[in-house]
Amino acid sequence: MQYRIEVTIGLKDGMLDPAAATIKKALEHLGYPTDSLQMQKKFIIDLNEASSDEAYGKVDEMCKRLLANPVIHNYNIVIEESV
Amino acid sequence: MKIAVLQFGGSNCDYDVQYVLSEIIGVDTDLVWYKNELNGYDGAVIPGGFSYGDYLRAGAIAARAPIMNSIRRMAEKGLPVIGICNGFQILVESGLLPGALMTNKYPKFRCQWVNLKVENNTSPFTNEFKKGEIIRIPIAHMEGNYFADDSVISELNSREGVAFRYVDPGGNTTDEVNPNGSKQNIAGILNVQGNVLGMMPHPERASEEILGSKDGKKIFHSMIKYISSLVST
Repeated sequence: MQYRIEVTIGLKDGMLDPAAATIKKALEHLGYPTDSLQMQKKFIIDLNEASSDEAYGKVDEMCKRLLANPVIHNYNIVIEESV
Repeated sequence: MKIAVLQFGGSNCDYDVQYVLSEIIGVDTDLVWYKNELNGYDGAVIPGGFSYGDYLRAGAIAARAPIMNSIRRMAEKGLPVIGICNGFQILVESGLLPGALMTNKYPKFRCQWVNLKVENNTSPFTNEFKKGEIIRIPIAHMEGNYFADDSVISELNSREGVAFRYVDPGGNTTDEVNPNGSKQNIAGILNVQGNVLGMMPHPERASEEILGSKDGKKIFHSMIKYISSLVST
């Protein structure tokens, strides 16, 4: 089965992100004050696996071994069957 | 005695480290490309640079290269391994050292001389210093903000795992002299066994009087002294 998986990776709550803070400030200067702004990374992965559970397991492993740094990141995995 | 200096795509302090080790210290030193075998070395240096363009995260890709398994085996055998700047980032990414190195608090590339306090003078890399000695070595990095959970920080402190801290000339750890926002002004840390050191400052850039400081040379000297003690026992 073909799956499309979207992995979103971001800093854990409360961790300083200077780039996001700078962008938030720039938006304020343009007249768009915001209560909070986070910046995240998204990976879009196409994968052929026997089941959605197996696809999830593979991608979870990828996150733990390379895509995310568990010391500072949280990640979220969304799986869809490709049509 | 033979030392290896690792080379990844994007390493750029490799030749400087080799020069200091072979020409200034006078020890046999090879540059070892990451695809080659890492066998028969008594110590290793992972030099600074921008391995793999800092893609994903600084040090993330190099940390997963197979040669790092050889580094892990050297570390397990008790041989000294030092990671400088990008090398430090590679060591934390590989899990050989705890914590993470994040973008500097003030998100700018900082290239400047810093004062460091030697917090531990019993490690294979600091045995030539006096405890509490203030030394001068330059930094040059964008991701040097050392972060770890409070439990990890207190564990580091309790086992004297912090090798160096950023301080003022009087030895005080103030926010003003913290160049990157590192927790507790941490500039370099040791693993539990003490034979793996990661540090953001560049000792190879402070190993000759003409460059303004010879303090960095003592780190390499310490390492060589330690290796000699291993060989003689």
